[in-house]
Amino acid sequence: MTPFIPAEWLPVVFAALMALSILLYVVLDGFDLGVGLLLPRADGEAERDRMIAAIGPFWDANETWLVLGIGLLLVAFPMAHGLILTQLYLAVALMLAGLILRGVAFEFRAKAGDLKEKRRWDHAFVAGSLLAALSQGWMLGRYILGFAEGPAALAFAAMAAGGLAIAYAFIGAAWLVWRTEGDLQRRAIGWARQAIWPMGLGILLVSAVTPLVSTRIFERWFALPDMLLLAPLPVATAALLLGIASLLKHMPLPDDALRRLPFWGAVALFALFFAGLAWSFFPFVVPDRLTIWQAASAPESLSIILAGALFVLPVILAYTVLAWRVFGGKARDLTYY
Amino acid sequence: MDALILARIQFAANISFHILFPTITIALGWVLLFFKLRFNATADDKWMDAYRFWVKVFALSFAMGVVSGITMSFQFGTNWPGYMERVGNIAGPLLAYEVLTAFFLEATFLSIMLFGFRRVPGWVHTGATVLVAFGTTMSAFWILALNSWMQTPQGFEMRDGIAHATDWWAIVFNPSFPYRLAHMLTASALTVAFLLAGLSAWRWLRGDRAPAVAATLRTGVVMAAVLAPAQLFIGDQHGLNTLEHQPAKVAAIEANWQTRGGVPLVLFALPDEAARENRFEVAIPYGASLILRHSPDGVVPGLDDFVGRHPPVAPVFFAFRTMVGIGVLMIGLGLLSAVLLWRRGALPRLVLWGLVGMTFSGWVATLAGWYVTEIGRQPWLVTGVLTTAQAAGPVPAGNIGATLVMYLTIYALLLTAYVVTVFRLASRGRIVEAVPGTAMPVSKVATP
Repeated sequence: MTPFIPAEWLPVVFAALMALSILLYVVLDGFDLGVGLLLPRADGEAERDRMIAAIGPFWDANETWLVLGIGLLLVAFPMAHGLILTQLYLAVALMLAGLILRGVAFEFRAKAGDLKEKRRWDHAFVAGSLLAALSQGWMLGRYILGFAEGPAALAFAAMAAGGLAIAYAFIGAAWLVWRTEGDLQRRAIGWARQAIWPMGLGILLVSAVTPLVSTRIFERWFALPDMLLLAPLPVATAALLLGIASLLKHMPLPDDALRRLPFWGAVALFALFFAGLAWSFFPFVVPDRLTIWQAASAPESLSIILAGALFVLPVILAYTVLAWRVFGGKARDLTYY
Repeated sequence: MDALILARIQFAANISFHILFPTITIALGWVLLFFKLRFNATADDKWMDAYRFWVKVFALSFAMGVVSGITMSFQFGTNWPGYMERVGNIAGPLLAYEVLTAFFLEATFLSIMLFGFRRVPGWVHTGATVLVAFGTTMSAFWILALNSWMQTPQGFEMRDGIAHATDWWAIVFNPSFPYRLAHMLTASALTVAFLLAGLSAWRWLRGDRAPAVAATLRTGVVMAAVLAPAQLFIGDQHGLNTLEHQPAKVAAIEANWQTRGGVPLVLFALPDEAARENRFEVAIPYGASLILRHSPDGVVPGLDDFVGRHPPVAPVFFAFRTMVGIGVLMIGLGLLSAVLLWRRGALPRLVLWGLVGMTFSGWVATLAGWYVTEIGRQPWLVTGVLTTAQAAGPVPAGNIGATLVMYLTIYALLLTAYVVTVFRLASRGRIVEAVPGTAMPVSKVATP
């Protein structure tokens, strides 16, 4: 098959597709994992059930974006895939253990023989969510520093781990604000208020450290005129944080108005942060070591994947929208019929 | 132990754990569709009861398959970085098409199938069931295409030590693919047949006389009686295809050391690779020549033709006999149960207990079969292109060992929890609803 777009553009297209998949994963499974982190703060059995019902129909498809993201890394940039995953070997293994526990706990808790066993699966659900969130943050920190060793680098990774877990808790709380009502919704508003400023601090710290990693990244951000063109990024982030925080102070509003806004605000924050990272690292897929062109697969293989992806991705988006409509509105108890 | 052995054990443990669950969901998806269509056609509640019970087993199996499948997608990179570097141009698109055409379809429509019965029109719910079943089968299609390509690669050329695709049609429809796909899909259907029959027999023995129990027992028994003999034929065809393309694997299966005519069929032996002979051999004269060449004098390839290039003999030899042994039991019990059901309308307790004992027999046979074909491919990872040792990564043995212990612990716990839960769901029968996000299982009034 002959490439239907210029061969040198294929790695760029795939980097964009991969970035999109990872961003979608972080946002979508982010709220699932966040709800998992918040589960211990629920008030009683019924509230825990309702929180899990709020993510039950979504988590499986959400997690599939991780498979697509890592799959695109695997198929489009095989060199980088091997390099990154062997560097992050233990963190990846711990994340997988977390995702395994979280995923099966959904099913097992509902089919438990008694309350005690159900509580055990609840604990597995929380522990799995926490382990997955922390290891993803850890990997982010290690990646940003180009897998540097040493105490300072590890401290940064630990901070990124905590920061991402808090960010997940925030978007999870924002999801619950949208999808639940009554006492649980009021409690979720409180959780979001508690998480928003620690999350803002995490964004600030990571954004401050990243340009110091290498002169290349520093010049990307602080050379003129780029600096002026990039100014909207931090300004918009700060404005969003302030806006959501003051909205949360007044929620819940009469008629449950603006209930979706904290969630979509969180999505926008995640996207802005992600765009900043992408700007820092492009065109490297392994920071300062391997560019997307050096790591890419053969053009004829990328072309055949792209042909399929361009045909299938709109279909996937269409039926994802369908599923969101079917399970729209406030979470209700899930029943099989 | 060295890193290569540990990496192989870890990957084998993960892929063995993973395949148990797709083996159930591939065929169970279509069985659920059958229940749904029977319900649509007859309006008989027993089919919806059957659907509701088995959709729980499906959901649980699906979740187990998803989480272990995600682990797989990472272990390609962590355990076998050389694999993607060398043949990533072939494996990549096949894996990508699996994610794009199967994973999202299954994952999205599964929610509608599980929780959407009251939220969407009936035809949408039936349609979701169709799409989930189709998705699981598509997933099997792409994965078996890739696995078969690794067994019998074609449609590519090597440039600077890296495989480049030249003919995608030839890559997907490589010589062993149709046989392996048919064999695996039938294996899945047989696994589900005995799962249906076994759990239904268990419910019946515990005094659950709901119409759905009899219906699912009958469904399982009929599937077993038809498909177990069919699998014997498909497996034989698969074996002949292997003889043509991977003779060393067949030589290991038969534990046949010298290429010669009139080869006996070895029923039991202890293959001794150091002495290159069999100990304690029990064999049927001319059997292997008859089966493989359809003539008592037919020449069958021997392991001595492939010294240093053939798989370890004992694991392949015993795994094959385990698979065939269970297959024979399946044929016997399947036909016996079908005849008894047909003649007497019910099964005696002894036969019901036999079915209970065989509930997860499909798992054992399927795993044994995969061990035959995967260990039988060694020392190659991709036949003639890449050896397993060449694909290994630089991860230290200590890290692999530690994570291996972690994975094995998790898998042992989850497998126990799965089997216990499935039998407990069966014991509770249909009077209890248990779905994610509900309060404690609520007893429903049982309708007679």
